[in-house]
Amino acid sequence: MTDAIHNPADELPIKVAARDVTVSYSGKQALHNVSIDIPDRSVTAFIGPSGCGKSTFLRCLNRMNDTIEGAKVGGSLTIDGQEINDKSIDPVVLRASVGMVFQKPNPFPKSIYDNVAYGPRIHGLALSRPELDEIVENALHKAGLWAEVSDRLAHPGTSLSGGQQQRLVIARAIAVNPEVILMDEPCSALDPIATARIEELIDELRENYCIIIVTHSMQQAARVSQQTAFFHMGNLVEYGPTEDIFTNPRDTRTQDYITGRFG
Amino acid sequence: MTDTPDISPIRSAVSKNLGARYRAELRFRAAGLAAVAAAVGILIVLLSSIVSGGLPAFTVNELELTVDLEREVIDPLGDGSEESLRRGGYSRVLQSAMRAEFPEVQARRDLRNLFSLYTALNATRLMDEVLENPGLIGSRHVFTMPLADDLDLYLKGLLVEDRVLDTDGALSLSVEGDAVTVRSSATDFRDLAGEFARTLRARATLLEVEADTLAERAEGLSGNDAEDMLYDAELNRRRALDIRATLERDAGPLALDASLPSVLVEVDGRAVALTSIAADGATASGRFLLGSEPVDAMSDWTLYVIDTPAERRRVSDQLIVWTRALEARGVISSAFNTYLFANADSREPELAGVKGALFGSILTMIITITISVPIGVFTALYLEEYAPKNRFTALIEVNINNLAAVPSIVFGLLGLAVFINAFGLPRSAPLVGGLVLSLMTLPTVIIATRAALKAVPQSIRQAALAVGASRTQTVFHHVLPLAAPGILTGSIIGLAQAMGETAPLLMIGMVAFIADAPTLGLEGFTQPATVMPVQIFLWSDGAERAFEARTAAAILVLLALMIGFNALAIYLRRRFERRW
Repeated sequence: MTDAIHNPADELPIKVAARDVTVSYSGKQALHNVSIDIPDRSVTAFIGPSGCGKSTFLRCLNRMNDTIEGAKVGGSLTIDGQEINDKSIDPVVLRASVGMVFQKPNPFPKSIYDNVAYGPRIHGLALSRPELDEIVENALHKAGLWAEVSDRLAHPGTSLSGGQQQRLVIARAIAVNPEVILMDEPCSALDPIATARIEELIDELRENYCIIIVTHSMQQAARVSQQTAFFHMGNLVEYGPTEDIFTNPRDTRTQDYITGRFG
Repeated sequence: MTDTPDISPIRSAVSKNLGARYRAELRFRAAGLAAVAAAVGILIVLLSSIVSGGLPAFTVNELELTVDLEREVIDPLGDGSEESLRRGGYSRVLQSAMRAEFPEVQARRDLRNLFSLYTALNATRLMDEVLENPGLIGSRHVFTMPLADDLDLYLKGLLVEDRVLDTDGALSLSVEGDAVTVRSSATDFRDLAGEFARTLRARATLLEVEADTLAERAEGLSGNDAEDMLYDAELNRRRALDIRATLERDAGPLALDASLPSVLVEVDGRAVALTSIAADGATASGRFLLGSEPVDAMSDWTLYVIDTPAERRRVSDQLIVWTRALEARGVISSAFNTYLFANADSREPELAGVKGALFGSILTMIITITISVPIGVFTALYLEEYAPKNRFTALIEVNINNLAAVPSIVFGLLGLAVFINAFGLPRSAPLVGGLVLSLMTLPTVIIATRAALKAVPQSIRQAALAVGASRTQTVFHHVLPLAAPGILTGSIIGLAQAMGETAPLLMIGMVAFIADAPTLGLEGFTQPATVMPVQIFLWSDGAERAFEARTAAAILVLLALMIGFNALAIYLRRRFERRW
């Protein structure tokens, strides 16, 4: 952990606020009345056993649930005070400001350059080729990939190693300059060295973005996050500074989970 | 080593089955290998039979006649106008050129025979040449036309069994009225006479055996049937007796009739067909088929035997003699069969070509591609990427799958009812054919496209959506390009199937005999046409034997077309794949 001892949530502004968010898939409720405040410029980890609703909640934040047939989202979800489930909010606009990184690296089967440039291109963020080059280079720098790929930007993104692919995907997400980055178990398909590299990167990105990460690894949550939320059976059981959750859990279910009694 | 006893029962159990497992694997591999070998073998047999059957059709024997294009014959009005030239007597021009080759042919019947060396349709071809190049009027012009189909087959050795025998003696011909006496200084005809005598004896024996069988069967019967059989038996016996009597007559000549092979003697521009061979084996009598002058002791002559008896072939000795004479004079030459590609269908095999069907196929496929591929791909895209999954879409999906299994002739009926009767589109036109084949191909294209879209990983869609791409951008930037190779493959399979389809086209009148190729342009879509598989079907039904080879040749052309089509598809697929 870093030297920050007190709860950063007290100092940092609230970025994402959820009130009584419920999600059901074809009538089957997957998430029950989740209310949570997530601060900006920090890493918030969602932990919990499989099927607890943490990924479902994550997908609410960029409305990826819209693409799932039969999914219904209720309650209130705001980013910077703006209701995102509002009819007036276009999911395309929302997703441009809420980037997402998936469990398995999923670069487009295009060149490294085109992978990163795709978002800026469709959103029209660059007016000229040099401008686009700059955005791409910046994003790759931020994702810590520039040194490794600067000489082979035209190579296919799929030719990279798994860890590099995941960093490429992160570069692709930050190329459109989002405010929030969602990560759905970003390291579960990677080896420990690549995982360490990604965690390092997450720690660096924290300075500029609100990062929300779903993870199965409690060590990872402890290493990278400032806040941790524990989900169980569709409920948000406990939420607080990571330190407190791991050293002094209030709920017995949290305690059982982090001590390895189930999950 | 303490745990060895624990493992050994498992090991022994495993190793007990091991042999059986490996044998099963070996059997399976052997079966697979055998299947592949069988498939390759069948393919080789098929291809070699088509190729060997079709190759003769790629060459043709052509007559090169010097024709005298006299102005008064081909330009009756004398003004050189198209109207006048169209009334010209081109048949007469060709006929006089043939008569110039064989001036001794005078009798009406013989002349008609002579003119059957080529088809009368060539007069039209000569007219077209003159119309195209009016400078030919009044000149002597070398006109090339294909030899009549049967004689073409004869020269290719496909019509009759024949042989040329060695001769030892010098040949003399002496003429007494109509009859010719052929004399060789050696016994050159003796072997032939002996051979024919054996043939006749065998024939007599066969007749007697048949007579005995008939008589035996008649014994158990009574009434008219028995009487008829006994009568036939008696007839056979008499015929056998006749044959034997002729053969046994001492020193009598052996008569050659239409049931025996033809024997031709060719010497110094003359040809004689033998009618009998004398017992000495050196003398024979016959009649002139070519020339009429006697010859004295020439050692350079040919004894030519056509083993297929005259009664069992379509061309007479006379036509064969003329053909051989023209070939010897260098008037006939073998060349690549340009008629096969430059002409549309014709009643005469030597002029029939695949051009009309080829153009018809191309026009039809243009319609089919432009209609079925876009509609099919976009239907699949909508159903797969946009449509909600409910009862209605499920019903549509089931129906599309069912349509793929509907017999193609049903689509032909639908085309007849809708496109021709209801919409009033022209019959036999590539437009209607293409529309009907589109209907047939659509389900295949849709199913193939949906399968290709389903095979695109969901993660790519999520990745694009998460960056902020709209659904349509996701589909067109990522999903469709990834699915393109699969879509192409499926579409090509459907289109190749359509290209080989005959049944639905029967219904809309594309099986008609069409002697003109449609133009390769916009107006060609509504002109009457036929397509390659229909042409193959029509030719396979042709009465003339020359159509046999042309059918195989047309199959080869269709196969080449298919291979070209598939090669294009593979090329396009590679290009699409390389872009990624």
